[in-house]
Amino acid sequence: MAKITDLKFGYQVFMKAYPYRKVDWHPGARLEKPLSEARVAVVTTAAFFRRDQPPFDTTIRGGDYSYRVIQADTDLSTLEIAHRSDAFDIRGITSDKNLALPLDRLKSLPEQGVIGSVAPRHFSFMGSIAAPGRLIAQTAPKVAQILLEDRVDAVLLTPV
Amino acid sequence: MCHQSVGLIQSIIEKAGIPTSSVTLLREVTERVAPPRTLFVDRPFGYPLGAPNNASLQTVIIMALLTLLKERVPPAVRWNLKAAG
Repeated sequence: MAKITDLKFGYQVFMKAYPYRKVDWHPGARLEKPLSEARVAVVTTAAFFRRDQPPFDTTIRGGDYSYRVIQADTDLSTLEIAHRSDAFDIRGITSDKNLALPLDRLKSLPEQGVIGSVAPRHFSFMGSIAAPGRLIAQTAPKVAQILLEDRVDAVLLTPV
Repeated sequence: MCHQSVGLIQSIIEKAGIPTSSVTLLREVTERVAPPRTLFVDRPFGYPLGAPNNASLQTVIIMALLTLLKERVPPAVRWNLKAAG
């Protein structure tokens, strides 16, 4: 089991003392249709970006709170990874982007009748955001708005 | 800090009206951020869908996340998936 104590000592001190933020989401949303009719999107914090997009900026104090849109028809093997965090093993997502952004897996589910469709747009953030004020106030609400515009019924999220 | 970021983004999307479920590799942090519907995957940092180039394991985890979405009143950390391999 992954634990804070798996991290380097400096990270451990930081993460145990850190005042974690929360956003009150209650009472919670409902899936309004059967899963077999639902349009599903993925949001990951693996810092994937396309070669025609600017990379995430690892020099921003408090973390880069921006996001990149990954279209459903993107060839995952062409995505770059901006993460420079040594808090996780990057070899897995380097070898197979589906490990964090499982679009190839999702695309097999509509024909099996498990979900209705795969959303046209998916989203990548770089998760190392120690100062999440602008993530909470600006970019996460913007992504939620785009998901609503795309009439997405359900969202799956993955950290690294 | 990836787990705080995921929990916050998830909470904001849920609040906007779309049901969400997420993987956590680190319960200690996810329990403090307390997003809706999380699936604990017992794998190291960097391996949220279990293992690279393992379509069947990745699909098992996706199916568990999709199953969680049907929970109408989501508890904080609901599932504990012992992912093999």
